Amino acid sequence: MRKTLLALAAGLLLAGSVSAASAADKLKVGFIYLGPIGDLGWTYQHDLARQALVKELGDKIETTYLENVPEGPDAERAIEQLVRAGNKLIFTTSFGYMDPTLKVAKKYPNVHFEHSTGYKRDKNMSTYSAKWYQGRYIQGLIAAKMSKSGVLGYIGSFPIPEVVSGINATILAAQTINPNIKVKIIWANTWFDPGKEADAAKALIDQGADVIMQHTDSPAAMQVASERGKLAFGQDSEMIKFGPKTQLTSILDTWGPYYIARVKAELDGTWKSEDTWGGLDSHMFAMAPYTNMPDDVKKMAEDAQAAITAGKLHPFKCPVIGQDGKPVECKGGDHLDDGQILGMNFYVKGIDDKLPGK
Amino acid sequence: MQLVLEKRAERSNTIALVSPLIAIGLTIVTMVILFAILGKNPLLALHAYFIAPLTDGYSLQEIAVKATPLVMIAIGLSLCYLANAWNIGAEGQFLIGAVAGSWIAVKTQGTDAGAWVLPAMFVLAAAGGALYALIPAICKVKFGASEILTSLMLVYVADLFLDYLVRGPWRDPHGFNFPTTAEFDPVATVPLLIEGGRLHLGSIIALVVVAAAAILLGRTIKGFEIRVVGAAPRAARFGGFNADQLIILTFAVSGALAGLAGIIEVAGPVGHLQPGISPGYGFTAIIVAFLGRLNPLGILIAGLFLALTFIGGEQAQIAMKIPLDVTKVFQGILLFYVLACDSLILYRFKLVFPNRQVARGTG
Repeated sequence: MRKTLLALAAGLLLAGSVSAASAADKLKVGFIYLGPIGDLGWTYQHDLARQALVKELGDKIETTYLENVPEGPDAERAIEQLVRAGNKLIFTTSFGYMDPTLKVAKKYPNVHFEHSTGYKRDKNMSTYSAKWYQGRYIQGLIAAKMSKSGVLGYIGSFPIPEVVSGINATILAAQTINPNIKVKIIWANTWFDPGKEADAAKALIDQGADVIMQHTDSPAAMQVASERGKLAFGQDSEMIKFGPKTQLTSILDTWGPYYIARVKAELDGTWKSEDTWGGLDSHMFAMAPYTNMPDDVKKMAEDAQAAITAGKLHPFKCPVIGQDGKPVECKGGDHLDDGQILGMNFYVKGIDDKLPGK
Repeated sequence: MQLVLEKRAERSNTIALVSPLIAIGLTIVTMVILFAILGKNPLLALHAYFIAPLTDGYSLQEIAVKATPLVMIAIGLSLCYLANAWNIGAEGQFLIGAVAGSWIAVKTQGTDAGAWVLPAMFVLAAAGGALYALIPAICKVKFGASEILTSLMLVYVADLFLDYLVRGPWRDPHGFNFPTTAEFDPVATVPLLIEGGRLHLGSIIALVVVAAAAILLGRTIKGFEIRVVGAAPRAARFGGFNADQLIILTFAVSGALAGLAGIIEVAGPVGHLQPGISPGYGFTAIIVAFLGRLNPLGILIAGLFLALTFIGGEQAQIAMKIPLDVTKVFQGILLFYVLACDSLILYRFKLVFPNRQVARGTG
């Protein structure tokens, strides 16, 4: 018995070392995920992109991920664990990993890092994000057309510029259809918490909202809207199966092409630290099919999408009027410049609410 | 006919000591079966969980970093539990300690404040945690309010208070509105022990706390008092020990230790105050306290062991693609076996055939 065990153990060790040798020539690519890969939202989309990456370059790379990594003291260790496991290119896929990623990047100058949605960079640390506000603008147009009560419900995650610019883009669009449109905003203070998200959706509907939009990651709000016979927009991923009669469209995070491009650059040795902020034109995100709306609304949405993609329509076209009634300084010629949108810290006129912390 | 647990007339001290080892053994057997069902090689998986993290200095450091807050909080909790005072709100005391200590760090940011900053943060954090723990203790002593409920509910109050601070008054002005304070200045940061590593002064403090608790419980009258009040409240009253006073004292000490752990975590591994600084340390520490049988040395071992399962779980995820859920199942199974073994040492199963007439007579 003991001999069998020993033989077994030896066999295992040998098997282990053989597979390690064959994996040695492959580039190891690591991913840190905020939620579980089954969140059907943010993390799910990153993992779909990882799978696309494996499909495209699977013979040259090996991918590893750590899921459910909290944005607290554990994040730095999780990232470093990936480095120590031999990963040479590491994608950290949430804003809260910014400082931990930077710390690890400084410690391992020969490893390359890609941080999603942050603003700190280094020689070996890139950032990447998408101009989701473009999609929000299209949603704002649809919402204003479809709302009977004239009240939109918006579930915010955190009052960071990405989310604030999304709210503003929505309202600016909606005001072009209905100047008196109202929006109710609830801050869930989380990216992923189906219970809280559902509660927020219920509260918004109780306050008269009949179109629900969200900047949180689960399909919970879609389900609530569906139960209550209201309309809603999906977030991050295709959520139509949670509301076949409810979903108007959804902003789909399509990271696949970016991941493939960056890994190819790493394989070619041309990887450089960059700041990528892509919109509809560069396919960093896409719009799900426009459903549950009349044909004229659908056409309007498609026209707006085409105009934004072609660069003919800018959601933050000047003048943008702030809550104080004064126009915001117009730094980008005829629209706000990227810096103003990336650091957006104000509500536009027509939002009857106060930005938290202001 | 019913199955009841009956207290054993005598208990074996040897069995009581090896019971956690039996529990760990049973856990490993169960995990081997689970790994086999999942189609993972059980030997390699166990190696990734238990052996690999112990073989390099980096992982050992990480285990110490992870165990530090758990051990500090659990030591405080064990004093409470020994004295029959049920502090469930260490998580809240941890957060309030972090907030109280961070106050100095935030206020002195960018000034040329000297080396006094960090010690002052520690003192304030301990005081904050202690005062916060005194709320349920005083409610218990004065009004008879269940300290289990009040201490637990205060966790959520602390959580929201921290949330308010980092979203409002203490928010990093250059942080793009994200709810976090600016990174603390070097004078407000817990020093590292090893260049390039993450092991910090907090781990030494945790060891000192363990030693102090061992001396307190083993060599002082106060320690004796704590144990007597918990084990034999009536005898303690005859002995002139004041149980109320002891509830106040143990809650204060336990709150102070949780608060200290809070500021060490914030000024150490995290580096700034933000929501989510604790992945449930205050609750996990309850498990650590019981796993360590409310004994300081036992708690130290239990804290390190639990930290090992966290680090090992990550390495198993990386090396063998074992899902994180399996690590959680693993921790759950471990706790289940520990409690089961403990119960079966003190109690035994017995089939009872109830006598209806007697039942009616006494009922």
